[in-house]
Amino acid sequence: MTDDPLSPKRSFQGLILALQRFWAAEGCVILQPYDMEVGAGTFHPATTLRSLGPKPWKAAYVQPSRRPKDGRYGENPNRFQHYYQFQVILKPSPENLQELYLKSLEAIELDASVHDVRFVEDDWESPTLGAWGLGWECWCDGMEVSQFTYFQQVAGVDCAPVSGELTYGLERLAMYIQGVDRGFDLNFNGGEGDEKVTYGDVFRQAEQEYSRFNFENADVELLKRHFQDAEKECRALIEAGDADGRQMAMPAYDQAIKASHAFNLLDARGVISVTERQSYILRVRELAKACGQAWLKTEAGGAAA
Amino acid sequence: MPDLLLELFSEEIPARMQGRAADDLKKLVTDALVERGLAYEGAKAFVTPRRLTLVVGGLPARQPDRSEERKGPRVGAPEKALEGFLKAAGLSSIDQAVVQSDPKGDFYVARIDKPGRAAPEVIAEIVPEVVRGFPWPKSMRWGSGTLRWVRPLHSIVATFGTPQEDPEIVRFDIDGIASGDETRGHRVHAPEAFRVRRFDDYEAGLLKAKVVLDPERRRDVIRADARTLAEAQNLELVEDEALVEEVSGLVEWPVVLMGAFDEEFLEVPDEVIRATIRANQKCFVLRRPEDAGKPAAGGGRVGVGFGSLTKQRAAAPDQAAGPAATPKAGRLANRFILVANLEAADGGAAIVAGNERVVRARLADARFFWETDRKTKLADRLEKLKSITFHEKLGTQYERVERISRLARELAPLVGADPDKAEQAARLAKADLVTEMVGEFPELQGLMGRYYAEGEGLDPDVAAALEDHYKPQGPSDRVPTAPVSIAVALADKLDTLVGFWAIDEKPTGSKDPYALRRAALGVVRIVLENGLRLQLVHTLGVGGDLLAFLADRLKVQLREQGARHDLADAVFAGGGASSDDLVLIVRRVEALGKLLETEDGKNLLAGYRRAANILKAEEKKDGTGAFEGATDASLPTDPAEASLTAALDAAEPEAEAALGREDFVAATSALAKLRAPVDAFFDQVMVNAPEPELRANRLKLLARLRRATRAVADFDRIAG
Repeated sequence: MTDDPLSPKRSFQGLILALQRFWAAEGCVILQPYDMEVGAGTFHPATTLRSLGPKPWKAAYVQPSRRPKDGRYGENPNRFQHYYQFQVILKPSPENLQELYLKSLEAIELDASVHDVRFVEDDWESPTLGAWGLGWECWCDGMEVSQFTYFQQVAGVDCAPVSGELTYGLERLAMYIQGVDRGFDLNFNGGEGDEKVTYGDVFRQAEQEYSRFNFENADVELLKRHFQDAEKECRALIEAGDADGRQMAMPAYDQAIKASHAFNLLDARGVISVTERQSYILRVRELAKACGQAWLKTEAGGAAA
Repeated sequence: MPDLLLELFSEEIPARMQGRAADDLKKLVTDALVERGLAYEGAKAFVTPRRLTLVVGGLPARQPDRSEERKGPRVGAPEKALEGFLKAAGLSSIDQAVVQSDPKGDFYVARIDKPGRAAPEVIAEIVPEVVRGFPWPKSMRWGSGTLRWVRPLHSIVATFGTPQEDPEIVRFDIDGIASGDETRGHRVHAPEAFRVRRFDDYEAGLLKAKVVLDPERRRDVIRADARTLAEAQNLELVEDEALVEEVSGLVEWPVVLMGAFDEEFLEVPDEVIRATIRANQKCFVLRRPEDAGKPAAGGGRVGVGFGSLTKQRAAAPDQAAGPAATPKAGRLANRFILVANLEAADGGAAIVAGNERVVRARLADARFFWETDRKTKLADRLEKLKSITFHEKLGTQYERVERISRLARELAPLVGADPDKAEQAARLAKADLVTEMVGEFPELQGLMGRYYAEGEGLDPDVAAALEDHYKPQGPSDRVPTAPVSIAVALADKLDTLVGFWAIDEKPTGSKDPYALRRAALGVVRIVLENGLRLQLVHTLGVGGDLLAFLADRLKVQLREQGARHDLADAVFAGGGASSDDLVLIVRRVEALGKLLETEDGKNLLAGYRRAANILKAEEKKDGTGAFEGATDASLPTDPAEASLTAALDAAEPEAEAALGREDFVAATSALAKLRAPVDAFFDQVMVNAPEPELRANRLKLLARLRRATRAVADFDRIAG
């Protein structure tokens, strides 16, 4: 066992730092989490919007992901309504993306000579983002530790060039590397004794409180209004941008994210019927598509200045 | 003769697509070769997760030369026409053409010799076409390119040559991927590129580079090593060919290892453990042999790879599993077999430890589901079925359960079941759909219902029905035989069929999204194998169209059992009150089959046909039904006519009485007695007598014969 408290074997933050260092060295911009509630790292505009259009792009970031329905009041040590993903997006996907991925595992001290890494078919689809891709879930010794996707379509637009997306499930990966069975027992800071801060110390109370909020107390009528407001604002921004040619793809997309999160909360509150569910998903997808179209008309989206 | 070696090297091909892809590659390439005049002696395709390989042996070095004749204009045609002909045929002067004659006159013919092209040149055209048009179920683009493949395609080996010479590279380029003669071995063990010449050294080179090219060989290694590891622990592998198939598509170098989990997880039913370990981990489970008892002493090589591909390693002490608990013969053991793709430096210790952690976590989940589920009674879960839509137009599972319980209760007395039990079982039949366990493992539906019902101490007949009402799932599945199970199984299937028929969602062609054919065949098999006497139309309200669908399934079933298809048709067409009673139909078919095996039966059929043909011809003149009346006994008769009348007078009531008591053998025997009088009638009597009354009377007699046979079957439908 290493003495370095920032070794991925010792601390959760060490794992994050190691991945950041590795991907920084591969030329990625290391971004910070997007400052909104999202269901997965893919929702970060650095992935959704940047994967559209012809311009090359390389980024890596941690993204807190909120899945209100997955909360268990902090009682299940491995199921959280808030967890971390480490997201890498490389556009166009490089020839050696698989090799880079395997090297990144070496960087977090998963030695290829003793660990069995497998690429198992897993097609990815996000109905709310109008996105899909082909790839794998990556197994390390039988455990799924990452998802690996070649984006084919995002926001209803064909991706050309194609982006390669890697998503590391950080808690699960850390549990494996640290040899811990319960997520709350993860060593967060690498300290020992009194200095040690666990994942549970940081997040258990949040899991309890947010579970009460997500399942019991979130105001349903308010959420429905939030959804409608966000939808309205998103459309208004798109229309205004189209009207004078000065797009606001990014602010509009923020509203799509808000609508999506409001929907997730309503879903957790159990107030959405099967048919309503489909219609909500469709409405968010329409917003995402409109934002994607708007993005393509901007400079970063590849439109001629 | 030269061979072609082709390898398409890519990122990991989904396991489920590999076998088909190898077949497709072989077919597409060899068909294209033959089409272009390159006949071959043999071809074989191979596939690993990262490569599709084809070897085609015994190809000619070149296409055969061909010569074509092109007909030109008439001799003396205008200059313009001649010029056009020369140009099209590639001739420089009309002297190069020959003159041929036909009745219309003389005309020019150009003989064009097309020399065959060298095989590599042709192959260089074929392969890019095949790659671009490859029928992957799903394909993708990558990077900045537009080429589609199942996952990114990295390199192509294409060599051509005889075993005696250095083969040449078949040169082509597909979207920047140039063909060559370099491949790569195992991703971890031998990632460097190496050159290959032809199939022999290619396969051997890969083996050295820790890649087993042939999927069959990988499967053999997995099977053999898994059994060996199991035997070393005095355990039996629970064979699972589908899993062998899948796992062999996930590894290039199979290394089989054994792991263990805590004995205490064995409280969970075996099926749950197996589903957990199989679905999530793609691992095999092991059972204690029936005669067993003792685990092998100290032989626990848990976590040590000694597969047939790898060197044996020293035995490690068995610590992972702890002391062996009381073994239960035939039940699962607390071990599992995993297949890695790595000859690990530590002998697989880390791999086994990692897999054990995941298995432990999954089994802990499964045990949690098992324990949580048992805290709620099945009966208390019914409300939740209201939130599950069965089908948009057919309501919720709750509504469905209401219908099934009513029907099961109705069916119960007809199948010898206790109506209360049948209704109770039907009511609970779908309750396990809302348990955590079935939510996680849908394939355990029914079975979990049974376990939970047993746990609640419900009646064993009811508990069994919760599992068995889904049966039979397919042609080889067991048919329920316990009365309560039969009632619920029939109710479930009939409700499905009647429901989808009512909303006009019938199977069409190959489309049968709700598995209605399976449900119908299930009904047929349950009824027949249990000898159930049900009148589907009269008592169960099955509509005519659905009855015809069931009849079709019955015919399929009869044909599969070796019965003649035409006899089933004849019985169905014969109609009568009981053609919705499947058991009777089958008995009729059997009796008819027996009748037709006898001389009397064969002759009776011949006589019947003669009668039917005459009637058909005469009915054309006099109108359908013209001869259906009774014969006029006052008219003079021929003795043979009289004896046929007498024979019918005897046979008709006899057959009718036999039919009435469902004795079809007796009924057909009664008909068989008509054979001699029928033969005599046709020998001695002229049907179409000149006297109109006599003619009509004799035709009426034949019509009576036709009616008599129809009571048993429509003889017109009998073939041969």
